[in-house]
Amino acid sequence: MGYKLKLAALCLPVAGMLFAMSAQAATTLETVKERGRLICGASQGTPGFGAPDDNGYWRGLDIETCRAVAVAVLGDKDAVDFVPLSGQQRIPALQTGEIDILPRTLTWTLQRDANGINFTQPNYYEFTGFMMPKSLGITRVEDMAGASVCVQTGSTTEVVVNDVSTKHKLDLQPVVFDNTSAARQAFFSGRCDALITDAGALASTRASMAKNPDDYIIFPATPYVDALTPAVRQGDDQWMDIVRWSIQALIAAENFGITQANVDDMLQSKDPRIVRFLGVDPGNGTSLGLKDDFAYQIIKALGNYGEIFDRNVGKDSPLKLERGYNALFKDGGMMLPLAFQ
Amino acid sequence: MLQSLWYSDRFRSWIMQIALLGALLGLLYWIAGNTITNLAERGIRTGFDFLAHPARFPISESVVHYTPSDSFLWAFVVGVANTLWLSVITLVLATAGGLFLALAQLAKHPLLSRLAVGYVTLFRNIPLIVQLLFFYGLATSVFPAPRDAFEPLPGVFLSLRGVYAPGLVMGAGGGWVIAASIVLLLVTIWLGNRRFRDVSLVRRIPSFVGIWLVGTVIIGWLADVPLHLESPVLHGLNFRGGMYLSPEFAAIVVGLALYTTAFTGEIIRGGIEAVGKGQWEGGRALGLWDRQIMFRIILPQALRIIVPPMTSQYLSTVKNTTLAVAVGYPELGLVVNTVINQTGQALESIMVMLGVFLTVSLTVSLFMNWFNARIALVER
Repeated sequence: MGYKLKLAALCLPVAGMLFAMSAQAATTLETVKERGRLICGASQGTPGFGAPDDNGYWRGLDIETCRAVAVAVLGDKDAVDFVPLSGQQRIPALQTGEIDILPRTLTWTLQRDANGINFTQPNYYEFTGFMMPKSLGITRVEDMAGASVCVQTGSTTEVVVNDVSTKHKLDLQPVVFDNTSAARQAFFSGRCDALITDAGALASTRASMAKNPDDYIIFPATPYVDALTPAVRQGDDQWMDIVRWSIQALIAAENFGITQANVDDMLQSKDPRIVRFLGVDPGNGTSLGLKDDFAYQIIKALGNYGEIFDRNVGKDSPLKLERGYNALFKDGGMMLPLAFQ
Repeated sequence: MLQSLWYSDRFRSWIMQIALLGALLGLLYWIAGNTITNLAERGIRTGFDFLAHPARFPISESVVHYTPSDSFLWAFVVGVANTLWLSVITLVLATAGGLFLALAQLAKHPLLSRLAVGYVTLFRNIPLIVQLLFFYGLATSVFPAPRDAFEPLPGVFLSLRGVYAPGLVMGAGGGWVIAASIVLLLVTIWLGNRRFRDVSLVRRIPSFVGIWLVGTVIIGWLADVPLHLESPVLHGLNFRGGMYLSPEFAAIVVGLALYTTAFTGEIIRGGIEAVGKGQWEGGRALGLWDRQIMFRIILPQALRIIVPPMTSQYLSTVKNTTLAVAVGYPELGLVVNTVINQTGQALESIMVMLGVFLTVSLTVSLFMNWFNARIALVER
C-alpha cells in the first residue's frame, strides 16, 4: 500500500467522526418509529411486575405499561424488546439511549429527577416493607432491634434501612448484595432476619420463592408511600408526554368504565368526554405526534388500568394484592385521571 | 533544498510521528469534548463536589470506622480499605498455600502428590464466581440460626450469621498503644537485624517476639488503658460484642485463596522444576539432605523464575477481589455501585475505581519489579 493511500485511510475515520458530530440527533419518537420496535428496560425477574413466563413472553404490570406505549406509538403491543437490567444498570441504560423507557419499579426521587432523567406518571404506589419469618414473632419495625437485613444495592431501600435504624435506635445490621436474587436467596437461607424492598416486590418474592408463603409476614418499614414511576430521558418533552398520556389512558379508561370488552360499544357513547378520549373527536393524538385513536388502541389491546392490575398483581394473580393506594381517586386511592382535552 | 528534505527518511519519519501524535491528541480532545457536551445535553451533573455530601447508605462491615453520616469520599475510603484488607489476606494465604501445594506435588509420596495434582485440576477449572457462590452457600447453610448456635468452646458461637468469639476490647487511647507497639516491633527487627546479623534467623525470631511482647505489655501498663475480654451475648435477634467473622468475608477469603493457590502452586512448581537437575546432584554430592537442597539451593534459584509470573498472578488476584460483590462483601466495587446508584455520578465514581485499581496494581508491580531486580542473577 502506497503511503498516500495509508494517509487517506487514516483520514477516513476522522472525517467520519466530524460528519457524525454535525448530524442532528433524532427525537425518540422518530427513532422508535424508524426502528419499528420500542426498547424497554425490565427487571431481572419480579413476577407480577416484570418477568418472562414459561414461554418466554414478558408479563407484569410494568411490562404492560411498556406495551401500552408500544400500542400508542407503533400500534402493536408486541413491538417491544425487553432488556433485563439490574438496579444500578437501569438509569445509565436510559441516559445513554440503550432503552427508550424505564418502567421498572423505579421510585420517583428528587436526586434522580434532577440528574438526567424525567419521570412521567406513577403507575404504582406503595410503601417500602420488611418481610420476616412469622416464627420470629415480630410484626412491626419497633421490635426489630439487632435484626440483620438483606438489602440489594441499586435501590432507595439502602437509605431506608439506615433511616429506620437511626430513627428507632434499632442497630440494624445490613447485608448488602449486588443482585436481587442473591439478596432473596440469602434471606430464605436464613442469613438475614428480614428482607427489605418495595412491598409489592416482597409479595412477588414471597409468592414465587417461599416454600410456604404463609410463613412470612410483610409490614411497612416507613410511614411514607413511594410513587413508582416510569422514566424517560431528559430533554425530549414530546416523548415524555407520549409516555405520560399512554399511562394516563389506562387510568382514564378505568375512570370512564371503559374495558377491553366494551371499548367498541363506547365509541357510540353520548358522553362527549368519552368520545374525545377514544379519538372519535380528532385532535388529542395528533397533538402528541400519534394517531388520534391511540387511547382506543391501547384499551382494545390491553384493557384499562384496573384490568391490568388485577391480571398481574391483583385478585386474578398469585400475588393477590389489594388495590389500596392504587385504586382510582374516586375509590379512595391515588390514581388520578387527568383531562383528555 | 525542500526536495532534499522531502526525500530525507529522517524528516519523513519525524513528520509521520508528529502527525500520529497530533491525531491521537485530537482524538482524545474530541472524546473529552464530546463527552462533556453529551452529558450536559442529557442533564447529567458532573464534578466531584458530591464527594463531600453525607453518604447515608450503610456498609455492612469495614476495617475502618464508618457510619452512614460520613461522606461519599469516606465511603470510597472504606471500600478501598476493605479491598486492600481482602487482597493482603488472600495473597499471603495463597502464597503460603502455593508453596505447600508445589512441594506436595513434587513429593515422592504418591498419595500426597496425586491429591495435590487433583486439587490443582479441580480448582483451576471451575470458574471463580461459581466457587465463591458455593462457599457462600455452604457458609449460610450448614450452621444453625443464632438462637440455636453451636458453642464448640465457651464464648465461641457458630451460626448462619458467622462466627462470634470473645475479643479483647481496649478503652480510650487504645489506638496509641497499638501504634506504639507496631513501632516497637519495627525498631526491634531493624536494630536486631543490624546488630546480630551473624546469628541465624531461626534463633533471632523468638528473641524478637519476646522483646516485642514484653515491651508491649510495659507500654500498655504505662499508658494505663483499660483492657478487658468481651464475650458475645445473644441480644435481641443477634449476638453482640466480641470478635466477629461474617460468612461473606469468610466465603470470599476461602474461595479466593483456594482458587489462587491452585495457580500460585503451579507457578512455584514450574519454577522449582526449571532449576537444573545438576543442582540437586551437586547438593547430594556435598552430602546435604533433600530438604536443605530444596530450601538453600533450589528455591532461591527458582525464585528468579517464579517472581515475574507471580506478579501477574498477584495483580489478577487483586482485581478478582471485585467478585466479592456476588456474595455481598462490601469491597470497593460494591461501594462504587452503590454510590453510582445514590448519586447518578457514574463517570466520576468509575474514575475513582479506575484510579484506585491503577494505583494498587502499579504499586504491586513496582514492588515485585524491585524484588525481582534484587534477587536477579548478578552477572559480573
